[in-house]
Amino acid sequence: MIYRESGQFKTSYQNDSVIFPIKQDRMFIFALLALAALVVPMFASEYMLSGILIPFLVLSLAALGLNILTGYAGLLSLGSAAFMAVGAFATYNFLVRVPGMPLLLALVLGGLCAAAVGILFGLPSLRIKGFYLAAATLAAQFFVEWVLTKFSWFTNHSASGVISSPPLEVFGIALDTPVSKYLFTLAVVVVLALAAKNLVRSSTGRAWMAVRDMDVAAEVIGIPILKTKLLAFAISSFYFGIAGALYAFILLGTVDAQAFDLHRSFQILFMIIIGGVGSILGSFLGAAFIVLLPIVLNLLGQLLHGIVSTQFLSNLEMMIFGGLIIFFLIVEPLGLAKMWQITKEKLRLWPFPH
Amino acid sequence: MNPNRKIGDVILKAENISMSFGGVKALTNISLEVREHEVLSIIGPNGAGKSSMLNVINGVYHPQEGKVTYKGRTRDKMEPHLAAKQGIARTFQNIALFKGMSVLDNIMTGRNLKMHTNFLQQAWYWGRTQREEIKNRKVVEEIIDFLEIQHVRKTPVGRLPYGLQKRVELGRALAAEPTLLLLDEPMAGMNVEEKQDMCRFILDVNDEFGTTIVLIEHDMGVVMDISDRVVVLDYGKKIGDGIPEEVRQNPAVIAAYLGTSH
Repeated sequence: MIYRESGQFKTSYQNDSVIFPIKQDRMFIFALLALAALVVPMFASEYMLSGILIPFLVLSLAALGLNILTGYAGLLSLGSAAFMAVGAFATYNFLVRVPGMPLLLALVLGGLCAAAVGILFGLPSLRIKGFYLAAATLAAQFFVEWVLTKFSWFTNHSASGVISSPPLEVFGIALDTPVSKYLFTLAVVVVLALAAKNLVRSSTGRAWMAVRDMDVAAEVIGIPILKTKLLAFAISSFYFGIAGALYAFILLGTVDAQAFDLHRSFQILFMIIIGGVGSILGSFLGAAFIVLLPIVLNLLGQLLHGIVSTQFLSNLEMMIFGGLIIFFLIVEPLGLAKMWQITKEKLRLWPFPH
Repeated sequence: MNPNRKIGDVILKAENISMSFGGVKALTNISLEVREHEVLSIIGPNGAGKSSMLNVINGVYHPQEGKVTYKGRTRDKMEPHLAAKQGIARTFQNIALFKGMSVLDNIMTGRNLKMHTNFLQQAWYWGRTQREEIKNRKVVEEIIDFLEIQHVRKTPVGRLPYGLQKRVELGRALAAEPTLLLLDEPMAGMNVEEKQDMCRFILDVNDEFGTTIVLIEHDMGVVMDISDRVVVLDYGKKIGDGIPEEVRQNPAVIAAYLGTSH
């Protein structure tokens, strides 16, 4: 590593429990945030913002939600997209039906609706675990999709079952350009990622991990199992809800319930598996992998344009994508975040590993 | 000797506990008393019901018959979280640490009942949550010092050797500042040196904090040395109860467990 922690002494427990213990890491993350907030909006093209960065941020948020539930609390779920749908449709209804409803408040209320539905579908988690719980959360997936298509009230009686984003504004600033949408999404994601990190490093996070690793011991310590699990469902669903609303209104603009199908749930699950289960950083790495890799492959594929048929090319992209997923999972089953951590540990000793 | 160490009144009383799993009678009509500040050992052959007895005491198992009186309250059955709130902590026979967490986090988790900020305050972190974390961290660091595991405090427990894992588990139980500490085979699978360390920790806890200790152990040397009283179980029945000397002479105990030297 070009830098390490030597010379940086922690003289108080407060210093020892900061999020980034190494000074250079802190500087890097601030530089990255400054880059994302100040430089990117100036130079990025519309496609770069709407086609790459906003989807990356929104899906990172969803992956963060699932990582809280599956990675930290150990509860496997296949209902992610359903809770996203609840968030999106609830936010929509708050915006459309309540005159003068501010966007931020509608987002939070939409998230809370998703959290309530999350708690409801989290109730079976007291009795069933693992794959069986995943199967139970599938119920949420199908039920929510059905309700949102069946009852036209949720779509404000739109004939096609499609909801379109009303004009959005925050503190009087209209979110009508890609740059403003990008900055809004970035702000929401940064705040929620920080909150997630804070949660997992305090007693709530430790209770989640305790229940995940050894529930009998957790109970004997005095951790209320049901409450801890339901809190994980509520908070992760809140994240899903916000991600769903952003997905519907900031990213797509127009959306129907089918946008939140089982395929989306699987996509989010793959993100955390590839990125790293039980890691905040992993949520972002996984989202980057799933969102960016197809785009990179697509760009590379265009180099072969004219040499092979387009159909072959798109299949080839899928095959390489699948192959890479398998490759990364074999090399490091704990995901990209773990791989990054191991690299750091190795580089710490480099070039004298003994 | 510390005045805390003076053996006091009965703090926990189990009366006529009977319990069976299907047709297997794990415990038959067992009564035992634990007195404040003492070290009580439960011994007996494999399958005698020792671990079941601990599980009944802190509410992991619910006996079909009998009742448990703890700190003056009689209950038909204890519940684990109630037991924890009332100051009963325990370790497990097969290490039950939280494998994915560091030593520090494991012991911090042991203090979860002492933390009162809600999740919204924790999401913000700065302010009350941070003060609470630091306050509890200080206590945890004292335990880490006491158990001499400073060098591994940030290591994930899954990577530690067995003896250290057992020590961390003791630390996690101590973090709750228990009045009654249940240890299920704290020295199983250890070498002599590790056993000596563990004995020293157990006696120090008992001596310095006045913690009442109930332990299950198979090493008779250890049991006879550190216990104030010994209870002997065999096939779910109590066959002996008394100070180590009495138990050593008890013919029923010799026949069932200790054996005679040939």
